[in-house]
Amino acid sequence: MITRRHLLGTAGAGAALAGSGLAFPKLDQAHAEIPNIDAGLPAGTRGEAVMERLPGKQPLIKLTYRPPNYEAPVDYFKTPITPNDKFFVRYHLADIPEKIDAKTWKLSVGGDGTNGTAQLTLADLKKLPAVEIVAVNQCSGNRRGLFLPHVAGVEWGNGAMGCARWKGARLKDILAKAGVKPEAVEIVIDGADGPVIDKTPDFVKSIPVAKAMEDTTIVAYEMNGAPLPHFNGFPARLVVPGWTGTYWMKHLISIRAVTKPFEGFWMKSAYRIPIGKFPGARFTSQESIGPNTPITEMMVNSLITTPSEGAKVKGGKTAVSGIAWDGGYGIKTVEVSADGGKTWQPAKLGKDLGKFAFRPWSASVPVGKGAQKITARATSVNGQGQTTELIQNPAGYHHNLYSSVGVTGA
Amino acid sequence: MRYGLICAITLGLFTSAFAAPGFADEKPVQLKKADGLDKVEGNCGSCHSLDYIQMNSPFPSPALWDAEITKMIKAFGAPIDDADAKTIGDYLKKNYGS
Repeated sequence: MITRRHLLGTAGAGAALAGSGLAFPKLDQAHAEIPNIDAGLPAGTRGEAVMERLPGKQPLIKLTYRPPNYEAPVDYFKTPITPNDKFFVRYHLADIPEKIDAKTWKLSVGGDGTNGTAQLTLADLKKLPAVEIVAVNQCSGNRRGLFLPHVAGVEWGNGAMGCARWKGARLKDILAKAGVKPEAVEIVIDGADGPVIDKTPDFVKSIPVAKAMEDTTIVAYEMNGAPLPHFNGFPARLVVPGWTGTYWMKHLISIRAVTKPFEGFWMKSAYRIPIGKFPGARFTSQESIGPNTPITEMMVNSLITTPSEGAKVKGGKTAVSGIAWDGGYGIKTVEVSADGGKTWQPAKLGKDLGKFAFRPWSASVPVGKGAQKITARATSVNGQGQTTELIQNPAGYHHNLYSSVGVTGA
Repeated sequence: MRYGLICAITLGLFTSAFAAPGFADEKPVQLKKADGLDKVEGNCGSCHSLDYIQMNSPFPSPALWDAEITKMIKAFGAPIDDADAKTIGDYLKKNYGS
């Protein structure tokens, strides 16, 4: 049985959608090749990826059309706040609402772990105390395409991430409307998007109650001072600062407290990592239902945004800049090397927008003549550093090798 | 805001001309023309665009392509019969595998 609403017919579909003014991808004519696509990506990815424009977006790197998976080129990370129209787009399943009416949207709160139930409109949500937080939303599989050997999945380069100023209501204040029982272990979240066929597991996630109750875990209705773009979860999404994007449910419609670990496919079988290979918070209630553990906090990481890959530089002292981020401990240092890691120079850290934000940095390093590699490495306040060897895991999560660009010195 | 179920339509209707119904202006993805392409377009293309196949190539071993097809059937509920699954597997291994 097919549940997709998009079966409008073939020839008539475009006209019908155009006439209804729906927010569905009207692809831009500027279907363009990608300059400097990362040579580490699978050959098939490099062949099929193109710059495309989704409605309301600047051109992004299209990896897949349906469901839409579009990442930002490295150039878009030259500022520590990622503009809404340059923010990456990631969906698991292709039955995505064409448009959500903010006036009729409702968020339901309940589950066997609450005393009662509640239903909130967007206006109700905005009446709760508002919280603003700058936080990085990064896909668990960002840089999956750079794993060697390659692993199956969406073959992201560097751009399945962005950093925004989110404004919304605390999840704990929303849960208080229904009253969470002491025996609740997880909070289950679901969005309005879903699968094409009803046998495909809907994308539903859960977080530990303790994480849900943190002051920084919010249901955001604003992103960088504007409503969320449709493809970033309009009208409201969960924001779980420090944790990977898989928990940041878009188009949020349901919040349930549960007294047993949630066993949906996307928790039990997907987004899991081997126990003990990575630092970071453990999601222990989920460990009782599987042999491994759910991914949680982001690993410390960095990205060089200037110079760009393949750039010709003057040689001598060369300006290098970029961003660094981690799972919410804050960035302590960024160091840069232009001699293959023999010597490292400390970078100057830029404006601190909070411990969950991209931290800009800049340095000046001597670059020799000919082909050279410039490398950056970040260390977080809790002492975690980037890795020199890839930590292999089946689904290709948590890639945080030193960041580097190849340049030619004159 | 899910719309109603459209029960009368079966997967068999997803022919190659109908391989990209999700987004109105989704550009058609042309996979390599070879035996089995019609089964790939008809089955795989009903739930996701076919660029997923190009993107995940050419690195998969035959075993990885088999595992992906099994995942689509067992975990994601794709209604692909055994004969079609074999045809799809042969096509992917030959044209998008290593």
